[in-house]
Amino acid sequence: MPDPLLQMTGLDAHYGDFQALYGVGMVVREGEVLAIIGANGAGKTTLMRSVTGLITNDAGQIRFKGQDISGLRADQVAELGLAMVPEGRQLFPSLTVEENLLIGAQTGRKGPWTLEAVNALFPILKERRAVPATALSGGQQQMVAIGRALMSNPELILFDEISLGLAPIIIRDIYAALPGIIGEGMSAIIVEQDISKALSVSGRVYCLQEGRVSLEGASATISREDISRAYFGIE
Amino acid sequence: MDWLNALIQGTLLGGLYALFAAGLSLIFGVMRLVNIAHGDLIVLAAYLGLVVTSAIGVHPILAMALVVPAMTLIGYALQRGLLNQTLGDDLLPPLLVTFGLSVILQNGLLEGFSADPQKLSAPGLETASVALGSISLGVLPLLTFGIAVAVIWGLQWTFYKTSLGRAFRAVSDNQDIAQLMGLNKRHIFGLAMALALAVTAVAGILLGLRTSFDPSSGGGRLIFGFEAVIIGGLGNLWGTLAGGVILGVAQTIGAKIDPGWQVLSGHIAFLVILAIRPQGLFPRMSG
Ligand SMILES: Nc1ncnc2c1ncn2[C@@H]1O[C@H](COP(=O)(O)OP(=O)(O)OP(=O)(O)O)[C@@H](O)[C@H]1O
Ligand SMILES: [Mg+2]
Repeated sequence: MPDPLLQMTGLDAHYGDFQALYGVGMVVREGEVLAIIGANGAGKTTLMRSVTGLITNDAGQIRFKGQDISGLRADQVAELGLAMVPEGRQLFPSLTVEENLLIGAQTGRKGPWTLEAVNALFPILKERRAVPATALSGGQQQMVAIGRALMSNPELILFDEISLGLAPIIIRDIYAALPGIIGEGMSAIIVEQDISKALSVSGRVYCLQEGRVSLEGASATISREDISRAYFGIE
Repeated sequence: MDWLNALIQGTLLGGLYALFAAGLSLIFGVMRLVNIAHGDLIVLAAYLGLVVTSAIGVHPILAMALVVPAMTLIGYALQRGLLNQTLGDDLLPPLLVTFGLSVILQNGLLEGFSADPQKLSAPGLETASVALGSISLGVLPLLTFGIAVAVIWGLQWTFYKTSLGRAFRAVSDNQDIAQLMGLNKRHIFGLAMALALAVTAVAGILLGLRTSFDPSSGGGRLIFGFEAVIIGGLGNLWGTLAGGVILGVAQTIGAKIDPGWQVLSGHIAFLVILAIRPQGLFPRMSG
C-alpha cells in the first residue's frame, strides 16, 4: 500500500502548560475526504494548527507525502501543498477581495485553480473584487476564504468549521459546492460541529474528545449511538 | 511677504521631516516595531555619504547610488539577524534593543569620526536658488521636497499596487494567516526594514547637505520623525508628508517670531494636535 497522504502518530500539542492533544493518530489517504467532529474545546482547531505548522510539534508526529513536517514553519508546509480555510474565515481586512484571493497564490503552486477559476465558481467575488474583504456578508467572506485556500492548488485542504455563524441556506449552498471543489484530485479534512453535515460529505470520520481520538469509522455506516457516546463522553 | 516666505520654507523643510518619518511609519505599520535607533541610522547614512564622497570624490547626490543599496542591505541583515528575535506579543523588547542599538551606533560613530560636526558639501547646489516673485527658493530645499514627494508616492505605490505591498499589508493584518499563505514573515519583515533604511539613506544624505551633523544628531531627527508620523496619523503615508509639512511650517513660523523658538514651536504644534486629535489628522486609510 502506498504511503498515506497525511499521517499523524502520537501527536501531542501544548499551549504553555496546558496540553490540548494527547497522542492523536490519524491518516488521510489520497483522494479521501475525512471528517473530524467533536465538541467545543475538543482540540479540533489545535489539530489543524499543528498540521499546518502554526504550532510546531516534536519530530516524527506529522508526515505529509512521506516527509516529516512536524517542525516546519507554516509557509514551508503551504509550499508542500497543504492549505487551510481557518475557523472564523480570518480574511485580511486591509486587502480587497481580489487581493485576498491573490495572496492565496503566493506559494506559486500551479494547477487548475486560478483567479479566473475561483471567480467562475463564485461569480459574486468578481463583481465585488475591489471592496475590502471584510465589507462582504458572512457567506461571501466564506467564499473568499475558500477561494483563497484553493488558489494555492493544494493537495490537501483543511476546512475548519466553515458553517460557523452562517445562515442555514448559505451553509447548504456552500456544502452543495464542496464536492465540485474537492473533486479536482484533492483530499480534504472537514472539521464540523454539525455532525450530519460532516458525515454527508465525508468518507471516513474521526471523533475527538478532550484531545484524544474517541471514535473512528466509515461515515456511511457509523452508528449514531457510538457517535453521541464518543462526542459527549457519555457512558 | 515675510510670512509667506516662512510658510514656503517651512513646507519645503517638511519634506525632509517626512523622509525622516516615512521609514519609521513603514516599520511600525508592518511589524509594530518602534525603532528608537531610527535617527541614528539616518546619521549613519549621512556618514556613509561622507565616506563615499571623500573616498571617490563624487557629488553627495550621486553617492546615494552606493549609500542606498548599502543601507538596504544593512536593513535586511539587521532585521533578520537581530530585530526579528525581539518581536512578539510584548512591545518592550524591541524598544530596549533598538535603544541599545542607538547607543552602539552613536559610540561607534564617535570612535570612527570623532565628535566634530561634519557636512556634505555640494558647492553649487547649496547656494543655488530660484526667484519666485520677491521670494527666493533654495534649489536644495526644492529638490529635497521633490524627492520626498517622489519617495512617498513610491512607497504608496509599493504598498497598494505591488505583490510586495500586498504581503506587507497581509503580514501587518494577521501574521499567522499570512504565514499560512506561504509568506515567511521573517523575510517580509526583513524586506520592510530594507525598504525603510533605503528611505533613511536618502534622508541622511539630504540631511547632511542641509545642515552639519555629528554622532549625537540622531535623537533630534528621531523626535521630528515621530512628531511627523503622529501628526499625520499612523499608517497613512500621505498623512506623514502632511505631518512633516505642518511640523516644518510650525518651526519656521516660530523662528520668525523669535529665532530661539524654532524647535519649541514645532513641539508645541505637535502637542496641540496630539491633544485635539490623538489619532492624528489623517488616520489609517487605504490607497
Ligand atoms: N491560544 C490558546 N491558549 C491556551 N489554550 C488554548 C488556546 N487555544 C485553545 N486552547 C485550549 O485548547 C483546547 C482545544 O481548543 P481548540 O480550539 O482546539 O478546540 P476546538 O475543538 O477547535 O473547539 P471549537 O469547536 O470551539 O472550535 C481548549 O481547551 C481550549 O481552551
Ligand atoms: Mg475550533
